[in-house]
Amino acid sequence: MPSEWIARDDQTVTLKGEWTLANYRLIKAALQQSETQTEPGKPTDATVSLDAITRLDTAGAILIAELIGVEKAQAVADWAAELPKEQQALLVRIAEAMEAPLDVDPPSYSRISQALASVGQHMVGLWSQQRQLLAFIGLVVATLFHLTLRPRHWRLTATVAHIQQSGLNAVPIVALLTFMVGAVVAFLGATVLQDFGATIYTIDLVAFSFLREFGVLLAAILLAGRTASAFTAQIGAMKSNEEIDALQAQGLDPIELLVLPRVMAMLISLPMLAFVGMLSGLAGGAMVTSLSLDISLTQFMATLQKDVSVTHFLVGLSKAPVFAFVIAVIGCLEGFKVSGSAQSVGEHTTSSVVQSIFMVILIDAVAALFFMEMGW
Amino acid sequence: MINSDKPTEQNDLPVIKVRGLVNRFGTHVVHENLDLTLERGEILGVVGGSGTGKSVLLRSIVGLKRPNDGMIEVLGTTLNELNEAQRSQIERRFGVLFQRGALFSSLNLQENIALPLIEHARLPREDAEHLARVKLSLVGLPPQAALQFPESLSGGMVKRAALARALALDPDILFLDEPTAGLDPIGAAAFDQLLVTLRDALGFSVFLVTHDLDTLYAACDRVAVLSQKRVLVVDTIDKVADTDDEWIQDYFHGPRGRAAQRAHTAFSNNANVQE
Repeated sequence: MPSEWIARDDQTVTLKGEWTLANYRLIKAALQQSETQTEPGKPTDATVSLDAITRLDTAGAILIAELIGVEKAQAVADWAAELPKEQQALLVRIAEAMEAPLDVDPPSYSRISQALASVGQHMVGLWSQQRQLLAFIGLVVATLFHLTLRPRHWRLTATVAHIQQSGLNAVPIVALLTFMVGAVVAFLGATVLQDFGATIYTIDLVAFSFLREFGVLLAAILLAGRTASAFTAQIGAMKSNEEIDALQAQGLDPIELLVLPRVMAMLISLPMLAFVGMLSGLAGGAMVTSLSLDISLTQFMATLQKDVSVTHFLVGLSKAPVFAFVIAVIGCLEGFKVSGSAQSVGEHTTSSVVQSIFMVILIDAVAALFFMEMGW
Repeated sequence: MINSDKPTEQNDLPVIKVRGLVNRFGTHVVHENLDLTLERGEILGVVGGSGTGKSVLLRSIVGLKRPNDGMIEVLGTTLNELNEAQRSQIERRFGVLFQRGALFSSLNLQENIALPLIEHARLPREDAEHLARVKLSLVGLPPQAALQFPESLSGGMVKRAALARALALDPDILFLDEPTAGLDPIGAAAFDQLLVTLRDALGFSVFLVTHDLDTLYAACDRVAVLSQKRVLVVDTIDKVADTDDEWIQDYFHGPRGRAAQRAHTAFSNNANVQE
C-alpha cells in the first residue's frame, strides 16, 4: 500500500515525508492501513527505517515511538545513526517521556451508585452549608458586639463607601421597579374590583401590599441580586489573590475589616431603600388610580390616611434589617468560600444570589404568618 | 535544522526583527527607539532591572499590546499590517509561557494542553489528550497530574504545565516570561536543560525574559540587556558581562553573578575533561 508517509517491502518499513502535527491524523490512518502493527498499541517487530523522514516534531515522534516501542526508540542511535542528531535527541526525549504510564482514567462507577453518591453529596453539602451559615452569623454577631464598645475599630469610611455603592446607587432602579409594580397591582385591583363596584378599594390594595410586603421584598430581592453578588465577587477575588491570608497573617481580622462594614452598610441601606420602594409603589398606584379610575390624588391621600394605619408601615419596615443582615452575611460567606479558580468565583456568586433570594422569601413567608397570627 | 525548511521563508532571516519600537503608557515612556533581533534557532535571554519593560516588549511582539510606534517583523511578516485571520495564522506559531502560568482554571491540565490541539490542529479529543499526556510527561509531570486542576498545583508544577501548553503546537517561537522564577534550584536547572534539549530537537527560537543568572549561563546563546528605554547591548554572555555599564557590572559581577559564573565555568571544565 503506497502512502505519503509509510512504505513497506518484505521486512523493512520505511517511514518518509513530514511526520508533523499537521499530518497527525493522516499518518495515523496510514499506519492503520499499512498494518505494520500486528495489534494496536503493540510495537512492531519489523525493521523500521527512518532515513527518509524530512521533518519531525513531537507529534510525529510520539507516533514513531508508539510504532517501534519505547525501548527501541531510546536506542535510536544504535540502529538509525544516519538520522540527524536533533531528531535522534527528540525521539529519545519523547520515548523517555512515554515510559511512564500515561493512562490514569478515574475509577468509574455504575450509574445507580453515581446517582446515589450525587444525592448524598448534595445532602451533605446542604447540611454543611447551613451549619457554615449559622457559624458565620455567630462569628459576625460576636465580632459586632465586641466592636460596639470600641469606636476606634469602627470602619466608618468603608461603611459609608458601601452605603453609597449598595444603597444610594440602587435608589433609581429600586424606585423605577417598585413604581411599575405599583402600577401593575393597581391595574389588577381595578380590573377585579370593578365587577363589584368597589374600585375605591384599589387604594387599600396598593397601600396594604406595598407597605407590608412589596416595598421591602422588592428592595431586598434587588439588593440580593445586586449587592450579594458584588460582595461575593469582591471578597472572592481577594481570597483567590491570597489577600485574606495576608490580612490574617498580619494579625488583622477580615471579619472586622471586610464583613462588618458591608453588613452595617446593608443594615442602613436596605430600610431606606424599602422606604423608597414603598413610596414609589404608592406613587405608581396613585398614577394609575388617578389616570384610569378618576380617583383624584387628594382622594387617594385621604383614603390612605383614613384606612391604612401606621402599623402596616412598621410591620413592613421591621423586616428590612433582617433581610439586610441575611443578604450581607450570605454574600460575604460565599466570598470566603471561593477557592483559587475563576470558575469558583462564578459558582459562589451564583450561589450567593440564589441563597439570599431564597432566604429573603422564606423569611418573608414566615414573617407573614407570624404577623397574621399576632393580628398586627 | 529540522523545522526550518518552510519554502516561503529564507532560513537565514531572523525570526523576529524589532526596529524603532516605541511604547508609552500615558507620559511614561517605556521603550524609545528599541531595536532587537532574534535569530532562528537561538535562545535569546532578555534581562534588565525591574520596570525596564521586559514584559512589555514580550507583549508587544506577541501582539497583546499595540506599540505606539516602530516596526515588528515576525517570521518575515510585519505584524501590524495583517488582518485578524492572517494574524491568527502567525500567532499559532507562537508558544507563550506567561509569568504566572495563566493556565485555564476551569480545565484540567490535560484539557489545557489539548485545547489548542483540538482548536488549531483539529485533532479528535482522544488523540489530542493522548498527545497532551505525552507533553505533560515530557516536561516532567507525573501522570496523575493530567486530571488535576491548576488551582491544586504547586508553583513549579504550574510552570511545567504552562510550558507543556506553550509547546502544544510545536511552535516556531517560544516566548518565556520568567520561566524559572519560583522554581527550586533543582527544578530550575532541569528546566534549563529541558529547554536546550527541546530547542535542539525541535529547532524553535526562544525569547526568554528572565532574572535567573544560572539560566543565562546554562541556556542562552545570546543575552540582550534592556536599559535606558532601549536594548543596551546584545551579545554572548561573556561579552555582555564585560560591557562597561554600571548596571551590567552590578548585575553580572555582583555576588550572585559571580557565583553563577563560577558554577558555569566549573561545569564546562568538567564536561571538557570528561570528553
